[in-house]
Amino acid sequence: MRHSTFFWFFLPTAAAMLLFIAFPILSVVMQSIYAPHSAVLIEVETCTPLVGCTMETTLDQEATAALRASEPLGRFVGLDIFLDRGHLAVSEVADMWRDTATWSGFVDGLSNLPFYRAMAFTLTFTFVVTPAVIIFGLLIALAVNSLHAWLKGVVIFFSLLPFVVTPLIGALVLFWMIDSRGILGTALQWLVSDPDLSLKASTGLMWVSLIVYGIWHAAPFAFVIFYAGLQTLPMDQIEAAEIDGATRLQRIRYVVVPHLMPLVTFVALIQLMDNFRVFEPIVGFNAAAHATSISWFIFNDLGGETRQLSSASASSVLTIIGVSILLLPVLVRTWNDFKGKT
Amino acid sequence: MSSRARKQPLGLQILIYGFAGLWLIMAAFPFLWTAWGSFKVELDFFSIADWTYALTGERTKAEYGSPFTDAGYKGAWVQESFYRNVINTFIICFFVVCTSLTIGTLGGYALSRSNYRYTFILLITALIFRAMPPITLVAGYMLPFFQWNVWGLMPTTIIVLVAINQPFTLWMLHSFFQNIPKELDESAKVDGCTQFQAFRHVIIPVMWPGVITTGLFSFLLAYNDFAVTAMLLSEENRTMVPQVAAFLGTTYTEGNIMFAVASVVSATAPLFILVMFFQRQIVSGLTQGAVKG
Repeated sequence: MRHSTFFWFFLPTAAAMLLFIAFPILSVVMQSIYAPHSAVLIEVETCTPLVGCTMETTLDQEATAALRASEPLGRFVGLDIFLDRGHLAVSEVADMWRDTATWSGFVDGLSNLPFYRAMAFTLTFTFVVTPAVIIFGLLIALAVNSLHAWLKGVVIFFSLLPFVVTPLIGALVLFWMIDSRGILGTALQWLVSDPDLSLKASTGLMWVSLIVYGIWHAAPFAFVIFYAGLQTLPMDQIEAAEIDGATRLQRIRYVVVPHLMPLVTFVALIQLMDNFRVFEPIVGFNAAAHATSISWFIFNDLGGETRQLSSASASSVLTIIGVSILLLPVLVRTWNDFKGKT
Repeated sequence: MSSRARKQPLGLQILIYGFAGLWLIMAAFPFLWTAWGSFKVELDFFSIADWTYALTGERTKAEYGSPFTDAGYKGAWVQESFYRNVINTFIICFFVVCTSLTIGTLGGYALSRSNYRYTFILLITALIFRAMPPITLVAGYMLPFFQWNVWGLMPTTIIVLVAINQPFTLWMLHSFFQNIPKELDESAKVDGCTQFQAFRHVIIPVMWPGVITTGLFSFLLAYNDFAVTAMLLSEENRTMVPQVAAFLGTTYTEGNIMFAVASVVSATAPLFILVMFFQRQIVSGLTQGAVKG
């Protein structure tokens, strides 16, 4: 295809992505190094007879407007927002590093800082859910693959539901069931014979519930992909392994799993991207007291009466850096593959 | 496969069926349970006295004279005007799907028919954009949208959702178009067609399976979005998902949690129907990306 033809075909989608993905990223970076102007205050002395004079601080509307007009981006603050207590909290961390003797004390201190708390949950969620989804999805695919044909359709239909349903809605559906008055909550209380057990009250249990939700939501995705991979299994290799005396488990370990390996990489890539942005379950589970994620952190800054754009932007930039680090190995590999091909 | 299945020992077979059954229950039960419970009163849905009330609806019987009630649905749809959010959702989804398919097919087709280095760079850029959590972009939209006075309007949200959709749409359509032999449009060009005429008369008639599958995923992305719609839509333009979240904020205090349950079930129903009719397309769409890798 000629360059000019390509250009015209690609123009609309490029414009959409440039205007609404690339520019916002730039504007997020800008906002994170500029803080909004604070209002200009002036002191006015008011004197009343008999009472005397008092100093009053009032808002200077004109000066504020003038300042905002002259520097529309706001006050340049450099990396201050990134380093403040709400984000990387550099001075607090340095203090703690000096003052706490033990590792556990240091980690405890970190978990009191909001950004590190969000980071801790996001990373735990990402790196627990991703492998769990792959293993669980593979097991379901292996099981469904050996079911009778008419059962397969039914299982695939219902399997798709947790994946297709809106994440917030799926989270709510599970949340109402694990509520201490819901059916799963009651069942758990009965199982451990503790009538006061509530998943909502403990941080550890809340994390477990969120992770269980994450696996439940994404397992169907891994399942469908692995199931499709199983349909193209090299039967001659399986039979050869069988003749050589490989057991069922060995056949799975040495023939099936290597055959599915490219799919595992694909699922891992997509899952890392999606789990890193975990957000809806925290809203659905009303879990912000126990677990926050980076996306939730940004959402919280943006919502409400005071839209803290600078703070949200700084968190966004940190998130983008995090995503880039996560993606880097894949990108480098793809680039090398491409270079190898040409 | 069936010959191998017959050879499996009984113990393994029981294990396999047990595991598949367990997963089936895990996947389906929460939805069936919530759908059943949405026709009860709150005291039955959250049964403090006895969990079997959720099945039999004792309190619902006491209150309404029958074990089923549509009180939750009436409350949500009539009293809280949930139907408006439903209409908003379908307007937004319709325009998002149409726009992103139109510009996505053009872009994806161009990517699949070009072999220069920049095609690869564009695809990788799209992958990086796909990895960006949408909420990180929202902070960048706020200020300009307020300044231009377009915040809260449906067209704004539609354009934003289309843009966020593009990276995924491009990847998917790119791999669909690669499966369509190049000889088709090349021979049309030999016969004197321009590239666009070849696309218009040769490719469009054969591309529908891929476009429908991609459209399904565009629809799901727009329908399921929470972060963007919650932040960029004003209250009267809200779609279903942020409205459900808003119900939670108000209803926990008012004790009308059944409104939220009813609206959750209402929002799930279209997806249920979608999976029923398009199961094959969804499965093939999910695997399409993987096979191409």
